[in-house]
Amino acid sequence: MDAILLQILNGLDKGGAYALIALGLTLIFGTLGVVNFAHGALFMLGAFCAVTVNKAITLSAKVRDESVTFFEAYKDVPYLEMWLGETGSLIINWSIPISLLVAIPVMLGIGLAMERGLIRHFYKRPHADQILVTFGLAIVLQEIIKAFYGANPIPQTAPDFFSGTVNLGALIGMDLTYPTWRLVYFIFSMGIIAAVFSFLQFTTFGMVVRAGMADRETVQLLGINITKRFSTVFGIAAVVSGLAGLMYTPILPPDYHMGMDFLVLSFVVVVVGGMGSLPGAVAAGFLLGILQSLASMTEVKEIFPGIDQIIIYLIAMIVLLVRPRGLMGRKGVMED
Amino acid sequence: MTDKKTSVSRRSFLKGSLAAGAALSTPAFWIQGAYAGGHGFRNDPTNKATVTLGFNVPQTGPYADEGADELRAFKLAVKHLNGEGDGGMMQTMKPMNLKGNGILGKKVEFVTGDTQTKSDAARASAKRMIEKDGVIMFSGGSSSGVAVAVQALAQEMGTVFMAGLTHSNDTTGKDRRRYGFRHFFNAHMSGAALAPVLQAEYGDERQVYHLTADYNWGWSQESSIQEATAKQAKWNTVNAVRTPLGAGDFSQYITPVLNSGADTLVLNHYGKDMVNSLTQAVQFGLLDKQVNGKDFTVVVPLFSRLMAQGAGESIKGILGSTAWNWSLQDAGSQAFVKSFGQEYGFPPSQAAHTCYCQTLLYADAVERAGTFDPVQVIKALEDHEFSGMGNGDSIYRGADHQVFKNVLVVRGNQNPSSQFDLLEVVDIVDRDKVTYSPDLYAGELGPYKV
Repeated sequence: MDAILLQILNGLDKGGAYALIALGLTLIFGTLGVVNFAHGALFMLGAFCAVTVNKAITLSAKVRDESVTFFEAYKDVPYLEMWLGETGSLIINWSIPISLLVAIPVMLGIGLAMERGLIRHFYKRPHADQILVTFGLAIVLQEIIKAFYGANPIPQTAPDFFSGTVNLGALIGMDLTYPTWRLVYFIFSMGIIAAVFSFLQFTTFGMVVRAGMADRETVQLLGINITKRFSTVFGIAAVVSGLAGLMYTPILPPDYHMGMDFLVLSFVVVVVGGMGSLPGAVAAGFLLGILQSLASMTEVKEIFPGIDQIIIYLIAMIVLLVRPRGLMGRKGVMED
Repeated sequence: MTDKKTSVSRRSFLKGSLAAGAALSTPAFWIQGAYAGGHGFRNDPTNKATVTLGFNVPQTGPYADEGADELRAFKLAVKHLNGEGDGGMMQTMKPMNLKGNGILGKKVEFVTGDTQTKSDAARASAKRMIEKDGVIMFSGGSSSGVAVAVQALAQEMGTVFMAGLTHSNDTTGKDRRRYGFRHFFNAHMSGAALAPVLQAEYGDERQVYHLTADYNWGWSQESSIQEATAKQAKWNTVNAVRTPLGAGDFSQYITPVLNSGADTLVLNHYGKDMVNSLTQAVQFGLLDKQVNGKDFTVVVPLFSRLMAQGAGESIKGILGSTAWNWSLQDAGSQAFVKSFGQEYGFPPSQAAHTCYCQTLLYADAVERAGTFDPVQVIKALEDHEFSGMGNGDSIYRGADHQVFKNVLVVRGNQNPSSQFDLLEVVDIVDRDKVTYSPDLYAGELGPYKV
């Protein structure tokens, strides 16, 4: 029982990342009708916001390391530590939460620039054209990051405050310890999902966007500039995806290719959840994350060796056979 | 006005084609003739002022840190061969036939390649070095999958391959090749060196869970440590799970360990994979647990300072084996560390050490053979005994092209005295204790002449 609960927890943090990317993908598809293959790159760019902020606040001076006597060795001492002492160390330690503040405007800007500069010109083009251009854009963004940061993963650490484990089973008399930062990630992803849904549900802007998603022409006939609002939605989707990537960096050291790895899985999540369905994307994200994690259990792999590598695609096949529109898909979406 | 005939007759076209064909095939003809005729060998630098070596290392992928350090060591070795710098291990290596004037008086140049930690990319890169850059020898490593693949190419092409970091038993076991040589130790030697120390530290009859990189090195490491600890201390394998190379997030593989009944986790991972899996194992609180009345423990059979650097606090107290460590006090190690440290500002890794040694050993063999002819160089390397290179008296065993030398058992240093003092040497295991019969892993070296 402990083992199953542990795997479910493990699936929840992974599912959180899938759900956040899929949520952004579905928002863009639902509003703009664009299949955005560059969405994984936005996840990666968010992660590299954390890397950039960390690099900026750990700018260092080379100081002679007297403890090494064999040769002249130097160590990097961050300027912040030299100037501010322990406060400087604390700021460096909290670089990931600090980078959240930087990432929100940066990702919003990137999202808006991407939509206005490129994707807008492909709204009326076939889906194949959209896929090609966004896929190309993803490769360009990847290569830019590779040129600046190299090809190797750059480990990031969570603040010491969130290091170690939390014993979740203490209340129910079970031994169920789980890394604190992974729980933080799950709670964070739930918070972002709740914020996006609340924004769409309880604000006038959100109401217009939902109306536009349901019937774009009628909303335009009412004199509302829906295109402008949809651009903002693209920016919001970029922020959601970017923050998902940023907060994931202590779990998985970011590299230039990480977006592509998540993109494929997230597309499967969107398809399983149902094209254009926001609740479907979120539910499928968590469901597939948990199933992937459960499939890694020894007991399961003894019966089906290698099942952990294919479970997501297997579920997608079954769902599409039984419910061709996905779990919560609506009639008429992407069926023209 | 006269009519100028501009059309080409059939006869002149055929003549022209024949002449063009002959001209185009001339270089290939001469090369082929010289090589296949038995009097020469591929990329013979005899009539040139320089000789080119190829350094094929992972510059990207999970072993990129090791690759970068290997490249530094190669460059330093070339510098020393050409008589620049302080000479490093050329002052301590015995026997010593190098004069600091290149190899056989020819200045050493080099080309580099990126294996990407992928066999196909590594083979393509090595092939380019041999065919296009004209290298007489190539070296590099950091993945046994890559080493085995390029070693086979070395045999096909008749070009010597001095393997860098490769730890699988296969490299000099079932996949051994006449044209491939390994200075680095292997999984069998790790198991033999580690088992007695593990028994002394953690006792008998432990329940072990293995997480293993899913390629030939991981399998080799897993079986070697299983056999050695079962024989030495009756350790029992509860489960052995294969993980994809470069998985990044190992959490889904670590969580099942918590409820498996195992009290020991052996991480048969290397490079960034090991950094990630060990860090995540510690994050999941494995080291704080008690199972079967014993403190839970983690073992990393193959260790390096670079990995210790990446894993930070997580590595402290963890036992493993390593080929060499910069803190060794013998003259050879100190000369190399001083030279490398002055050049780059930090000490070399075990990957750098093996690559540096391999370059000098090859160059020395050429000097002893008096020719670059690979057949003669191979014969000069086989059963060659040497010392002064950091691991005591060593031998390049002719039967499988494996170097036998002392092996280190190390522990993640709990009280480092400097930023580089990350590994504490627990034991220096004598070469005799890790030597095994060449027949233990059946394989054929293949012919000298290809």
